[in-house]
Amino acid sequence: MDKTVNQKAWLLVAPVFLIVAFSAVLPLMTVVNYSVQDTFGNNQFFWNGIGWFKELLDPSTDLGSRFFASLWRNLFFSAVILAIEIPLGIVVALSMPREGWRVAACLVILALPLLIPWNVVGTIWQVFGRPDIGLLGYTLNHLGVNYNYVSNEIDAWATIIVMDVWHWTSLVALLCYAGLKSIPDAYYQAAQIDGASRWAVFTAIQLPKMKRVLLIAGLLRFMDSFMIYTEPFVVTGGGPGNSTTFISIELVKIALGQFDLGKAAALSLVYNLIILITCWIFYTVMTNAGADHKARTGEA
Amino acid sequence: MENVAWMAWTAPTAVFFVLLAGTLALMTWLALAYPEAERVGILRIPTTRGDRLFVSLISAAVIHLVWIGTAGTDTIATIPVGEGIDVSSLWLATAISLVFGVAVFRTV
Repeated sequence: MDKTVNQKAWLLVAPVFLIVAFSAVLPLMTVVNYSVQDTFGNNQFFWNGIGWFKELLDPSTDLGSRFFASLWRNLFFSAVILAIEIPLGIVVALSMPREGWRVAACLVILALPLLIPWNVVGTIWQVFGRPDIGLLGYTLNHLGVNYNYVSNEIDAWATIIVMDVWHWTSLVALLCYAGLKSIPDAYYQAAQIDGASRWAVFTAIQLPKMKRVLLIAGLLRFMDSFMIYTEPFVVTGGGPGNSTTFISIELVKIALGQFDLGKAAALSLVYNLIILITCWIFYTVMTNAGADHKARTGEA
Repeated sequence: MENVAWMAWTAPTAVFFVLLAGTLALMTWLALAYPEAERVGILRIPTTRGDRLFVSLISAAVIHLVWIGTAGTDTIATIPVGEGIDVSSLWLATAISLVFGVAVFRTV
């Protein structure tokens, strides 16, 4: 049966286009306009051409040094949390029960940190780590560890990394668990007949079957951690010094603290470009990993 | 114009967005007038014209930024019109982007 082509349905999507235009496209166009100008407020703008971009990409200037420093800091943070959360998530997923009431209990416990808003997570850890009243800070200092995230860079980094691991490892674990659940029992039975070791089962069956969810988890966590703002802002405020100032925190400082709209706009565009590229890779990998999978298993 | 003063429009950015909107309109018309099928190129992913346009636009942005960061924007020539119009070396990045865009449309 032939389908009639009717484009009128697009009219129903029109409100979405309007909302997106209002909330995203027009503001983004304004950012582009700001990025080539300088302002002293009062809607007075002066043409600056690509001046802000030149400054931004030149590490010898103030703007450039701050941009590159926060970029490397952010990439390092993402690398560290990925290196911890992915393996830890796999281990948690592997040690979760397969059936019975304990499955539900585990899922609820794992979902709990994911349901807490970012600023609340930040506040919890900010109080938790305080040497005077916080359980963690107080205990550590009484055990003889000189821990103070307000004045020590390493302590500040350790706190926000542990906080992120606490907040997001569940997501990786839940994704891995979903991947593990989709493996038919026949694979394990075959492995048992062959006398495969636990390690062989992991590398030959479980890991390949979890490849797709791990890819999704890795990219999701990378993007989230690359855009992180609230949690480190609440806990350390970017300090001590600038040691935990990530790109988004630097951006807010420049845009709202110093009110340098031109510099902030140039920085946001470059930041946006990095995220756009990551999103595109994410989208492409996800859609095509699915296509490969279907082609191999012969599904329509 | 008072109502859009907050958007701080300039002539160059307006030209940029008009060109961008024109490109999107052209691609939409192309998609309606000459529907196409996805094809697999050197990236080994199925792409449509729209995908290839996206890749070339993003690459153009990256090429320009890398050029500003590494080669700089010195004047390479002066057009003898009026008092003389300086041509920034950034136009070389634009040329590279165009060539790269054509390559993307042909091979990706």
